[in-house]
Amino acid sequence: MKLIYKKPDTITERDTTYCPGCPHGIAHRLIAELLEEMDLVKKTVIVWPVGCSVFGYYFIATDAVEAAHGRACAMATGIKRAHPESFVISYQGDGDLASIGIAEAVHAAARGERISVVYINNGNYGMTGGQMAPTTLIGQVTTTTPYGRKPELNGFPMHVPEMFAALDGPAYIARAALDSPQHIIQAKKFLRKAFTAQKNNLGFSLVELISACPTNWKMTPVEAMERIRKQVLPVFPIGEFKVAKGVE
Amino acid sequence: MEKKVIINEERCKSCGLCVSVCPKHVLRISDRINSKGYHPAELFDNENCISCGFCYLICPDMAIEEVRRPEPVKK
Repeated sequence: MKLIYKKPDTITERDTTYCPGCPHGIAHRLIAELLEEMDLVKKTVIVWPVGCSVFGYYFIATDAVEAAHGRACAMATGIKRAHPESFVISYQGDGDLASIGIAEAVHAAARGERISVVYINNGNYGMTGGQMAPTTLIGQVTTTTPYGRKPELNGFPMHVPEMFAALDGPAYIARAALDSPQHIIQAKKFLRKAFTAQKNNLGFSLVELISACPTNWKMTPVEAMERIRKQVLPVFPIGEFKVAKGVE
Repeated sequence: MEKKVIINEERCKSCGLCVSVCPKHVLRISDRINSKGYHPAELFDNENCISCGFCYLICPDMAIEEVRRPEPVKK
């Protein structure tokens, strides 16, 4: 029998603490696979955020630190500057990066820090019970927008990769989705380019991964993935927004 | 024949995503219960499995540990 896929050794034996069907686990697996394939496991430091993935260091066996809410990019900057030979990944959610931590993230990008940001967008604050986040869609019902998000009251959803692509510092900016095997293969390609950008010392890289939150969307995991395809991807299209030379 | 998909039933949380993406419909949610209280997914039709690995790609809990394809028979 020929081995087609095998669970990466960097993923620990500990069971994840995520709800059934939460794509955080898919993102973890993609990161672990890429670190093994690119031979970066030994020198990687992952900065974990506040959110559901706060216990990420239990699931991926690399060096790790835990940042205060939103401050992962600032912490990653310090680690990368003190240890330029290390490979620094900041793993953040949409409440973490796009709301409380937007200043740290934008300035890290503008300075062109050599870090890679994996940004998970599930459209709400998952851990605290599904409140509205900056990326909540217009009309989406959350616990703090019980009649749906209204633009005149709550503003519009934020398109983070498009914003960051306007800066000069980033070397690679893209958006992928985690809703189907096809999109997951594509997400891995984008993440590989983002990691290559850091490996080749080209600059800041960010990949947004469109994710689901079946528990707070009050759907089954299969329905949540369907919702990504029907409602989320038309607003947040998949694509590469900035590709510097040398990333390919 | 050896199993083409190795599932760690203790890690499975019964989300059903692997069943939803399987192009040959050879996976299902079993009647067994694991120690977390979930019904784990199982491969019930090993013969028709094409080892595409879609279940591995979508599994959020890394419960699909291995996907294997039989070596082609030499004539």
